[in-house]
Amino acid sequence: MELVVFYTLAGFSVVGALLMVTRKSPLAGALALVVSMAALAGLFAMLHAEFVFILQILLYAGAIMVLIIFTIMLLNLSPKELKERPVGKVKGLIIFAATVAGFLGFLRVLLMLPEGVPYVAPTFGNIEEVGALMLSSYMFPFEVISVLLLVAIVGIVVLAKKSI
Amino acid sequence: MVTIHHFMVLSAVLFFIGVFGVLFRRNLIVIFMSIELMLNAVNLSFVTFARYTQSMDGHVVAFFVMALAAAEAAIGLAILVMIFRNRATVQADDLSLMRD
Repeated sequence: MELVVFYTLAGFSVVGALLMVTRKSPLAGALALVVSMAALAGLFAMLHAEFVFILQILLYAGAIMVLIIFTIMLLNLSPKELKERPVGKVKGLIIFAATVAGFLGFLRVLLMLPEGVPYVAPTFGNIEEVGALMLSSYMFPFEVISVLLLVAIVGIVVLAKKSI
Repeated sequence: MVTIHHFMVLSAVLFFIGVFGVLFRRNLIVIFMSIELMLNAVNLSFVTFARYTQSMDGHVVAFFVMALAAAEAAIGLAILVMIFRNRATVQADDLSLMRD
C-alpha cells in the first residue's frame, strides 16, 4: 500500500519535471512544475515531515510558482523570442555522457546505505518539535536567514527602480 | 516497505532532470525553474536522511533551503525582468558579453 502511494507520487513528480524541461512554452513548464512540487509535498508527508510538507505547499507550490508565473505573464514573450536554439550534437553528447556518468556514480554510493526503516515517534517532524530545534541549536543560521531576506528585499527594490 | 533507496533514487532522478534542464535549454526562465527543481530534489534527500537517521536536523536545513530559494527566486526574477527590459531577450546565449 505504502509502495503504491510512493510510486504514484514519484511518477507525478518525475513526469512533471520532465514536462517542465522539455516543453517549449515556459508557462506550460511552470504548470508542470507546480504538479511536480505538489507531488513532492506528498512525499514529505510520507516521510513524517509535517512542517516541511506545509512549507512546500505554501512556499514552493504557492509563493515561488506564483512569482514565476507572474513574471512569465509580465514578460509576455512572442513565439519568436521563445524559439529554442538546440545545443550542438557533439557538445550535447558530451554533456549527456557526463551527466549519466555522474548519476551512475551517485547510484554506486547509494548502494552502501543500510536497508530497513527505523521507528520514529508520532511527534517526529511536527511544528512544535522542529520549531524548538530551530530556535535552540539553529538559532544563529535562523538569524542569518532573516538578514538575508532583508537584503533580498532591499536588493529587489533597487533592481526594480528604473533609475536609482 | 519504502526504504531510503527509493527516496534517494527519486531525489537523484529529479536532480539530474534539473541538471539536463540547465545544460540543454537556453531559455532563462526554464533554466531558472530547473534550478528550483534541483533545490527541491536536494530538500527531498535532506528530509529522507532526517527520517532514516531519526533526527530532525534535516527538516531545519530544508526550511533554510526554502527561505534561500525564496530570496533567490525574487532576486533572480527581478534580474530577468531587468535583462528583458534592457536587452529584449530571454535567451542565455545572447548574453555572452562576459564569455567572449
